[in-house]
Amino acid sequence: MTEANDRNSQFDFRRLIKSKELLVFAFLILLLVFAPLFLSIFRINLLGKFIAYAILAIGLDLIWGFTGILSLGHGVFFGLGAYCMAMYLKLEAAQGKLPDFMSWSGLESLPWFWKPFTNSALAFAMAILIPTGLAFVIGFFTFKNRIRGVYFSILSQALAIIFSVLFVGQQAYTGGTNGLTNYRSIMGFSLSSDTTKLILYYISLALLVVTYLFCNFLVKRRIGRILVAIRDGENRVRFSGYNPATYKIFVYCLSAAIAGLAGAVFVPQVGIISPAEMGIVPSIEMVIWVAIGGRGTLIGAVIGAILVNALKSGISDSFPDVWSYFIGLAFVLVVLLMPQGIVGLVKEMARKFKQTPNHTEHLSTDKAA
Amino acid sequence: MKKILATQLKKRLTGVISLTLVAGLLLTGCGAAQTSQPAATTSSGNTSGNTIKVGILHSLSGTMAISEVSVKDAEMMAIDEINAAGGVLGKKIEPVVEDGASDWPTFAEKAKKLLQQDKVATVFGCWTSASRKAVLPVFEENNGLLWYPVQYEGMESSPNIFYTGAAPNQQIVPAVEWLFKNKGKKFFLLGSDYVFPRTANKIIKAQLKDLGGEVVDEEYTPLGFTDYSTIINKIKATKPDVVFNTLNGDSNVAFFKQLKDAGITSKDLTTLSVSVAEEEVRGIGAANMAGQLVSWNYYQTTDTPENKEFVKKYQAKYGADRVTDDPIEAGYDAVYLWAAAVKKAGSTDVDKVRQAAKGIEFQAPEGQVKIEGENQHLWKTVRIGEVAADGSIKEIWSTGKAVKPDPYLKSYPWAKGLSN
Repeated sequence: MTEANDRNSQFDFRRLIKSKELLVFAFLILLLVFAPLFLSIFRINLLGKFIAYAILAIGLDLIWGFTGILSLGHGVFFGLGAYCMAMYLKLEAAQGKLPDFMSWSGLESLPWFWKPFTNSALAFAMAILIPTGLAFVIGFFTFKNRIRGVYFSILSQALAIIFSVLFVGQQAYTGGTNGLTNYRSIMGFSLSSDTTKLILYYISLALLVVTYLFCNFLVKRRIGRILVAIRDGENRVRFSGYNPATYKIFVYCLSAAIAGLAGAVFVPQVGIISPAEMGIVPSIEMVIWVAIGGRGTLIGAVIGAILVNALKSGISDSFPDVWSYFIGLAFVLVVLLMPQGIVGLVKEMARKFKQTPNHTEHLSTDKAA
Repeated sequence: MKKILATQLKKRLTGVISLTLVAGLLLTGCGAAQTSQPAATTSSGNTSGNTIKVGILHSLSGTMAISEVSVKDAEMMAIDEINAAGGVLGKKIEPVVEDGASDWPTFAEKAKKLLQQDKVATVFGCWTSASRKAVLPVFEENNGLLWYPVQYEGMESSPNIFYTGAAPNQQIVPAVEWLFKNKGKKFFLLGSDYVFPRTANKIIKAQLKDLGGEVVDEEYTPLGFTDYSTIINKIKATKPDVVFNTLNGDSNVAFFKQLKDAGITSKDLTTLSVSVAEEEVRGIGAANMAGQLVSWNYYQTTDTPENKEFVKKYQAKYGADRVTDDPIEAGYDAVYLWAAAVKKAGSTDVDKVRQAAKGIEFQAPEGQVKIEGENQHLWKTVRIGEVAADGSIKEIWSTGKAVKPDPYLKSYPWAKGLSN
């Protein structure tokens, strides 16, 4: 047994080295590492935001692309992570006084659940633990009860509505529609300084690498195979003696934790979080990034998140009046005609390029597919 | 055969998409290249070259677009007029328009872009308090200048913002006083659940306590809420003399329609709204609002020669069916006030313009306005209006002269403790 395992991991390791995907990822990271040499600090700050989105997309891809569970409520986990971080930043900016929105909403003292967030390490831990905990509770009740497919998607969407309405309504505790903004510093470093921005950028980049490598490691192992097997034939997995619910809860929690991490990375760089970011529209947008990049490949999620957001930001800068039509059109066309996303398209093209001389082989692989 | 055709078609379409995407990227690249050029010349408030760049930051998409696009139009019109008259400091004003997309983080992102990348001399923009709060730290960090054109809840006075809409003492406080004198003592407070109505009602409650009035009930509904039957029943049960309405957006449509359906007209119950102007009356339907009251500093019907000219030009430029209202006019004024300050300062440098702006006067469509140096708000005339059957608003009372802005309500003894 151990021998087999060893052989397995060795095999995986070699494959990892050979893996083109990893090579592409390394190249991408290299580009991002050297980006500050070519781009203004404004663009770097923006890129840092896209990297936060890319981290989230990896988690979403894990649950959707690999396990086949379409969650339309990932904005909630992202938002919860972001709010945890924002609470810390807000308290640091308030310098011991009551945050501004609490005093205009009529609160006299800091609510008890805000108090732990004066500690940065604890706030950061909470940004990951709270989404994980919520995902566990929801996952436990849905997956154990074999709620799946479109029913789960609807449920996750309801979650997004519930949380955004809750956060808007509890203005005294959450800042309402305004959200939390106007931070000054993070762990004593001024957020407006270029150095802090650059450091935050590199921290997000490092977290992206860690998240990617961890998930890549995971999907290449047996658990990754089981997740894919659940996607392709859940009943067969169950009959083979695995309990799909356990794996689904696990992957849902992991994906929520990654989303929370992304939220915590997002807030100090963007400087605001509002309930609108955890609603349905952003949650669906997140799914679109993964779809455009190519679901079922981690690199696709990363590319999709960065590319779509860069396009969105860039086009809306240049064409503020009509940008939304352009983006909408691109989404529709990609979803209709590139079902495997950009990565799928590239793979397809590479395969065709290799095989064009041999027409018969081409046909046979087509049949096999 | 069919299948082969289909695959061919698909291949071709895939090609088309890739092209579109590449084209998009290229376009973005061009845009970025264009915008990064001026970034090379790094002086704040860049005046080199033949133009002065200014930012326009409003929601051109999303739920707020309906209100904000018309303000953007007014600001563009003012820029065109100033350019036609020779520009400022001998240079043309070049607007850089950005879309805040009704999303607060997007507002913050675009504000950063305008200040850091485009190095604009000033920005005209925002509508909701939430968007203003989102960009405020950006303007303070980068020492930018924002002209905010909408009435708001006060309790703020950033050195980097000029407020050309009303402070609470130029809209809410006089309206409450007038209602108390003319309509009755019992007030019902109804608002959307966010910072403006909450703060406004806090002010109203303190004021009514001082006047000896009574708040019979205070209700908040989420933004976008549309079922007011429960609230209308509460209004019937508590029998207030006045409903003071701080609802925002679509909710107003539902509220006034359902009020009319419940058989309550302006003859039975006075309502006064502070977020309903000509543009919103069009959406609600004049028939549903006829006879109800509003409080602003400007109406399309305001009788000044400047306003006749302004309405004529606005409708000539954007269509005869368009209306003007208070925030539209305040956006228009903002551009002229900034231009006057730049002329006086002889520079577009933010600190110099801020200094020069103190005390600048402008003969606006609403009448004479003046920048109060102390808090960077405007002196404005307060007007209470009644909605007519054709959707226009008729002035029924005014202060007759411009009122000094007092965002923290310091000159009112009863307001002590409101601004902490």
